[in-house]
Amino acid sequence: MTFFSRLLHLDRLESEAIYILREAAAQSRNPALLFSGGKDSAVLLHLALKAFRPEKLPFPLLHVDTGHNFEGVTEFRDETAARLGERLVVADVEASIQRGSVRLASPTASRNAAQAVTLLEAIETHGFDLLLGGARRDEDKARAKERVFSHRDAFGAWNPKSQRPELWDLYNGRLQVGENFRVFPLSNWTELDIWTYIEREKIALPSLYFAHVRPVVRDGDYWRPVTSVTPAAEGQEVERRLVRFRTVGDMTCTCPIESDASDIAAIIAETRLSTLSERGATRMDDKVNEAAMERRKREGYF
Amino acid sequence: MTQAQTKLVRIVTAGSVDDGKSTLIGRILHDSKALMSDQVDALSNARYSRAEEGDLDLSFVTDGLESEREQGITIDVAYRYFATPQTSFIVIDAPGHEQYTRNMVTGASNADVAIVLVDASRLHQGALKVQTRRHATIAHLLGLKVVFAVNKMDLIHWSQKVFQEVEESLKRLSRSLGITNPAIVPINARSGDNVVAVSPAAPWYQGASLLEVLQNQGEGTDLSDLPFRFPVQRVVRVDGHKLEAQRGYAGRIASGQVSVGDEVLVGPHRRPTKISRIETFDQSLTQAEAGQSVTLYTEDEVDAARGDILTGPESSYANRVIADLCWLDDQAWDPRRRYLIQQGTAAITSRIESVLHIRDMRDLSEVRGDQALKLNDIALVQLQTQTPILADHFKDNPKTGAFILIDPETNQTAAAGMIRGVV
Repeated sequence: MTFFSRLLHLDRLESEAIYILREAAAQSRNPALLFSGGKDSAVLLHLALKAFRPEKLPFPLLHVDTGHNFEGVTEFRDETAARLGERLVVADVEASIQRGSVRLASPTASRNAAQAVTLLEAIETHGFDLLLGGARRDEDKARAKERVFSHRDAFGAWNPKSQRPELWDLYNGRLQVGENFRVFPLSNWTELDIWTYIEREKIALPSLYFAHVRPVVRDGDYWRPVTSVTPAAEGQEVERRLVRFRTVGDMTCTCPIESDASDIAAIIAETRLSTLSERGATRMDDKVNEAAMERRKREGYF
Repeated sequence: MTQAQTKLVRIVTAGSVDDGKSTLIGRILHDSKALMSDQVDALSNARYSRAEEGDLDLSFVTDGLESEREQGITIDVAYRYFATPQTSFIVIDAPGHEQYTRNMVTGASNADVAIVLVDASRLHQGALKVQTRRHATIAHLLGLKVVFAVNKMDLIHWSQKVFQEVEESLKRLSRSLGITNPAIVPINARSGDNVVAVSPAAPWYQGASLLEVLQNQGEGTDLSDLPFRFPVQRVVRVDGHKLEAQRGYAGRIASGQVSVGDEVLVGPHRRPTKISRIETFDQSLTQAEAGQSVTLYTEDEVDAARGDILTGPESSYANRVIADLCWLDDQAWDPRRRYLIQQGTAAITSRIESVLHIRDMRDLSEVRGDQALKLNDIALVQLQTQTPILADHFKDNPKTGAFILIDPETNQTAAAGMIRGVV
């Protein structure tokens, strides 16, 4: 005998995420919610409000800041936290560089991988025992393998070869001192679910997600943005193209796609027809090798 | 909105190692056009690929970990998502190795249908492997519909005679487990025959393709039609500093429905009160149903807390229950130890008083006596709890009839449990 719930697709996903958020808050001592200003974390924050209002959120927002943000994203992050009256903790990769815990090959090297170090330092400084993140299983083949309540050892490392069993929706959030959990309430959402939910709930996003003209250079399959930290190389032709970002991450590894989608309805239509995966189309950090995401996660990345 | 839009089918693969589970999932996704072009490109360039020149190793669609690709096996569950116009699918690829059975149980507990694969070319007179029997047993125990796929039919030249031998064995297995009229589909996952579309390779096969069989599974029981169950996740205090402060109970309705004015019973004392308000973030509701996350307010101060369950009038609690257990911990059961039983949002101290029987996977017989319970054992036990727990039977209500046992020393999830009755 099987059983079903007759909730509609988005209602089911929303309710599941709220349930997971409440379990995470109830089973931890000192949680935080990772908020970068990107679309997935904006959805996660919206769901957190649904889970806990009229009370204040039972956790601060945490951003691991590489300092290499696209224009408008930092402002969006700060304005959102201020508008909601919620505490924002910013952990700077720059501070880790100053301390010497992050060493870059060159001053302009990507700070993306270094985020794991800064994140683990923030966990230690603030004593966080559980971090809520907006990662989705459909993003990457290593993420597809992860539990909703993902256990991390005292080094913050994910051990994909011996994950805790996770039965039904009975989440076991028990920890030994020094360990932590990463909890992913959007595990079962797809990119299309995120956009249709943003449309339904009228969730505000940074303007980067919508079509705009930007200087770019061709780099293999990508249009690499020309920015202060990623200038065009000598002889490279800088073009001005109509583009938008499908993901918003560090400037050194995130590329826009060509698009004239200037509102959410147009983005949804484009997402339905896309033949490229979200990260495949935009993330240079995943192209380093086949297991790039898995290796970063083993080192403590979210 | 139509009912069709809401249909969700969650599928898990099961069966012995190398019977082709990951390849089948890759094939279903590939032939349903659910793979993106960059993902297909990544398959054709993948290290460790076992496919021949110009072909894709479809098992790599879900075997995403480095060590899985290197060893050519599945270690843990992968979740993939795709939709047809009528149905949203979650496909869960589970490992076949005995040592990773706990990961298969994890996948199965989040699925509605299990595809149990059998390699047609590796059976002698239809004798099934132990893992095939174990996985079919687990899937059925967890309340899943079981569909059998007889794979690698090309290796036996689509012989109807060999298929019928395997079919006979699967029917015998089904009878011994109590599975009625299972679908048994001959397929070739590698080439896609009978997977998404019916193939001319087996003109003698009159049934539907595997995907059609999965899509046409009956809907089962609406959780809203079961008795009302609401495990309290958090207590909400509105205007907490004022005298007229109100306490609300936040949670997700596990089953049944609730309306303003309904009488509900709180916790094991079954203290009655009435629902005064049903709230979400932005709405006051008059009624809510299974699956919805809401905050409930009661007419009386009932002093409920996280771990308590609000129920309708039909509910009973017990200190002793009989339950099926899948033991998932490397550490065997220690009769002197206490374990936490987590049911809904409650965590209560318990102990296993006796092991009534353990299933022998070779012939599915029940071995009696106070055996040691160790990794991968499936047993029937008698549990005693410190305070009474809701005694819903798993087969009547999988939401509240399920529990996990946690080892309080290591925090490991030691067992998956399903209540079968009271003592």
